Amino acid sequence: MSEHHHGHDHHDHDHHHDNHFTDMEARVKALETVLTEKGLIDPAAIDAIVETYETKIGPRNGARVVAKAWTDAEFADWLKRDATAAIASLGYTGRQGEHMCAVFNTADTHNLVVCTLCSCYPWSVLGLPPVWYKAPPYRSRAVIDPRGVLAEFGLRLAAETRIRVWDSTAELRYLVVPERPAGTDDLDEEELADLVTRDSMIGTGLALSPEASR
Amino acid sequence: MNGPHDLGGSHGLGPVAPETNEPYFHAEWEKRALGVTLSCGAFGAWTIDESRHARECLPPATYLSASYYEIWTRALETLLKRHGFVTQAELDGGHMLEKGTEPKRVLKADMVPAVLAKGGPCDRPVDARPRFVVGEQVRTKNFNPTTHTRLPRYARAKVGTIEAVQGSFVFPDDNAHGRGESAQWLYTVVFDGGEIWGKGADPTLTVSIDAWESYLEHL
Repeated sequence: MSEHHHGHDHHDHDHHHDNHFTDMEARVKALETVLTEKGLIDPAAIDAIVETYETKIGPRNGARVVAKAWTDAEFADWLKRDATAAIASLGYTGRQGEHMCAVFNTADTHNLVVCTLCSCYPWSVLGLPPVWYKAPPYRSRAVIDPRGVLAEFGLRLAAETRIRVWDSTAELRYLVVPERPAGTDDLDEEELADLVTRDSMIGTGLALSPEASR
Repeated sequence: MNGPHDLGGSHGLGPVAPETNEPYFHAEWEKRALGVTLSCGAFGAWTIDESRHARECLPPATYLSASYYEIWTRALETLLKRHGFVTQAELDGGHMLEKGTEPKRVLKADMVPAVLAKGGPCDRPVDARPRFVVGEQVRTKNFNPTTHTRLPRYARAKVGTIEAVQGSFVFPDDNAHGRGESAQWLYTVVFDGGEIWGKGADPTLTVSIDAWESYLEHL
């Protein structure tokens, strides 16, 4: 583990202190050590948190929500009216998904989600946010130049497509339901979920076509 | 506060640079930073609003050059010191020197699944009826508090339309500063791109925010 490459004593570091990564390594190690010595944190709890977000809670959750909405009109309607309850019915609840709102792309409207003020993101259905979602370029530009942002993801919308940007300024967490791709009538829910990318549920992408997902 | 975090509409911050097949973590310390931050949140000593404000209060140059886990870590140090859990000397030395504040609870491994599955719901009942109705035009207030607020600068003093009444929620502007939860009605307010950005705005653009009732006034 890289955190063991350096001791606690600042004098035996061989790295440069203008390097945020190695500085942060030492800083977080000091924090964890002090808090553990005080009995305030349990390192095994940290392992359990990390394992949860590495293996259990990720964009597959959201993809299953979308696939169900594509195949079950009643569920889609519930998701529109009460996303928190509809999503909870599939077992996805909890931290940073306590209050959910699902927004549906249509032929003429594309939805895009951002948090300009921090990094609000629907963890219960998408897992931990990618670095770019939390970084200044995306947060600054999504609300003023969404087409420019989307182009950087390789997504070029028709000029007349309306773009709705949802700035997550409160505790509602937004999930974009992308349009169901053509040529997917024969696919079951699990196969459909394979087409639903993380970015398509943020709005920086579209669902994959069956050909593209192979 | 008009801090470095309030980024909507800023220019010059560079390309978005999405990473193909991005890993959840880019270094081991990021994993520990996530776990330590969530574990300390479980103390019950501060609210999510106070922690957001601690992040906003980082010096702008630090904030803008830091990764988000670095922002979390630096703000966590502030919170731990403010609430008496650790001292700067302990952080400098990397070891415990004295006993500090007793937390309400310590997050143990066996508690993690239930704590993450529960989260921290922020909806609270209020007695008053909502002052605004769906479809009504409203103006957001113009204010510039040095304290915490969730009304972004770009959306102040703008005319928009109430699209939804989302329920009543803890009011972060008070809760971040220990002034209580002060629950208020929350509304989704949608603005035309031109109202926010003026000349040159994308004519196909609408932007919405979720606004607490006290951010809004009747037209």
